[in-house]
Amino acid sequence: MAFETPEKAKAYWRENISLVLKLLAIWFVVSFGCGILLAELLNEIRFFGFKLGFWFAQQGSIYVFVVLIFVYARLTAKLDEKYRVHED
Amino acid sequence: MDIQTLTLLIVGASFVLYIGIAIWSRAGSTNEFYVAGGGVHPVANGMATAADWMSAASFISMAGLISFMGYDGGVYLMGWTGGYVLLALCLAPYLRKFGKFTVPDFVGDRYYSQLARTVAVVCAIFVCFTYVAGQMRGVGVVFSRFLEVDITTGVVIGMCIVFFYTVLGGMKGITYTQVAQYCVLIFAYLVPAVFISMMMTGNVLPQVGFGSSLVGTDTFLLDKLDGLSTELGFTEYTSGTKSVIDVFCITAALMVGTAGLPHVIVRFFTVPKVRDARKSAGWALLFIAILYTTAPAIASFARVNMINTINGEQMQGNDYAQAPDWIKNWERTGLIKWEDKNEDGKMFYSGDERNEMTIDRDIMVLANPEIAQLPNWVIALVAAGGIAAALSTSAGLLLVISTSVSHDLLKRNLMPDITDKKELFYARLAAGVAIVIAGYFGVNPPGFVAQVVAFAFGLAASSFFPAIIMGIFYKRMNKEGAIAGMLSGITFTAAYIIYFKFIDPAANTPANWWFGISPEGIGTLGMMLNFAVALVVNRFTAEVPADVQEMVESIRYPKGSGSAQAH
Repeated sequence: MAFETPEKAKAYWRENISLVLKLLAIWFVVSFGCGILLAELLNEIRFFGFKLGFWFAQQGSIYVFVVLIFVYARLTAKLDEKYRVHED
Repeated sequence: MDIQTLTLLIVGASFVLYIGIAIWSRAGSTNEFYVAGGGVHPVANGMATAADWMSAASFISMAGLISFMGYDGGVYLMGWTGGYVLLALCLAPYLRKFGKFTVPDFVGDRYYSQLARTVAVVCAIFVCFTYVAGQMRGVGVVFSRFLEVDITTGVVIGMCIVFFYTVLGGMKGITYTQVAQYCVLIFAYLVPAVFISMMMTGNVLPQVGFGSSLVGTDTFLLDKLDGLSTELGFTEYTSGTKSVIDVFCITAALMVGTAGLPHVIVRFFTVPKVRDARKSAGWALLFIAILYTTAPAIASFARVNMINTINGEQMQGNDYAQAPDWIKNWERTGLIKWEDKNEDGKMFYSGDERNEMTIDRDIMVLANPEIAQLPNWVIALVAAGGIAAALSTSAGLLLVISTSVSHDLLKRNLMPDITDKKELFYARLAAGVAIVIAGYFGVNPPGFVAQVVAFAFGLAASSFFPAIIMGIFYKRMNKEGAIAGMLSGITFTAAYIIYFKFIDPAANTPANWWFGISPEGIGTLGMMLNFAVALVVNRFTAEVPADVQEMVESIRYPKGSGSAQAH
């Protein structure tokens, strides 16, 4: 057992899951939300020469995806250290 | 120098580079052959993953597709990048901790069943072959246009190169060659895009350029394009023709399919640590995003340029006699056709009955530099980039096929007693045979390559993805549930696609689709069915053995991950 107590193992997993769910919520909102479901609505708004919904579908969502993964990598690395289950 | 000599020089130089790297990084053990000894730096691995992922389809066809689809093209952009978020957050770190070589390894061990392993092997091999056939075709197209050899010769040259470094270097050779190939392909993609963006909008960055106004006017490029599209009888460029639910389902199927593709997942076994697997996914997506955010810009530039050269600034049609060289060049390959319906000697392109042009979407990226009248070396560079994209993806796929045969099928199933050296020999043999078969499909492509690709994503989405996700996040999922889920998901998806694509293609219209979901998007429903069946069957069958539950516990945290092991 890598964790000090079974409770810690549970707590670690719970925190991990809640982090993943939060990030996936953002993932869903920018792509399926802004890029697809709300695209027509957002197209009324101008973002430079783009219609906003179109921009999310072809540019914006991709930028957010990249940021999400790096944020995840950083936060889980911290979480691992907090529970002392990081690699040496 | 003329285009042909330049292309020969640049493509030749890139081949010398790839072969040099292959000789430098030969594989000595199965560990090096399968997962590069598990010692690849996350940034290098990210680059290699990006090259592995971006196929001839991404490089050659995607911008063309978007150019013709407008907003709807976003399904590919979001689908093929969003999958990496799923991969990084839900799969890669855990599979790396699990620490075996292949996806069937995980499925087989997690569900303690040879049957599950065999189902996974068959799916993996099928998905990979589907892909590789398309890649070899891409190589053939590039060779035949720019070197003016016939497609067969082009494919054979491509096969020899891939054979050389896959068989010799395995994963180790492939990884470092792919790093080089990424550099070649991204440079080749960006140079013409930047040139064109500067010419049309005065902006260096194409990503910004296609949201700017055209040089010398106040009109935004996309507004101009919307106007042209409506005037010519197409739908507005920035709004789509597909229904919202269909766009939703196709995007989801592509995302989930991406996360379930064996040749992408296996890349995360090659890094030293779990932490690196997470970071590596981020680097991979960053490198992919550079191309994927440029593609829609190229798509809109190319569309405006193409309409203007064919129809003329006044939208009256240009004389065919004065048509630019690129039209005549591509006419020879049969990918552009002009039929003078009103016999006025002028070309006209539109979305209604006035149309006189047939233009294949696949030529947009390759013809783009010619349309914009860029220097010859740029055109040669694009050819080298297209070949790099095709070669890097085929190599990655061939490796998965050879691993599936030598490791999953022979070592873990039929001949458990063979030595490491023997296994390596069989891996190389399998790679060799796979290349020959792939080459055959490249020369004689089945007429339905594009359909089969949709098939591959649907199958990956409806089989692997739910099985792996539940394997990690639901430790009480048992083998009965997982197998029943995989089989029902895959059968449902395959049946729907086969019906609409092969049995009754005439019925393939939105009116006949279930819930308005096209065969491209049906993998999403298949995936849901897989989850549902697995959960129900799981309730009524035996509990998961304690040691398997312990194994699931242990892959959930990074500590104690070794390098990837055979056993």
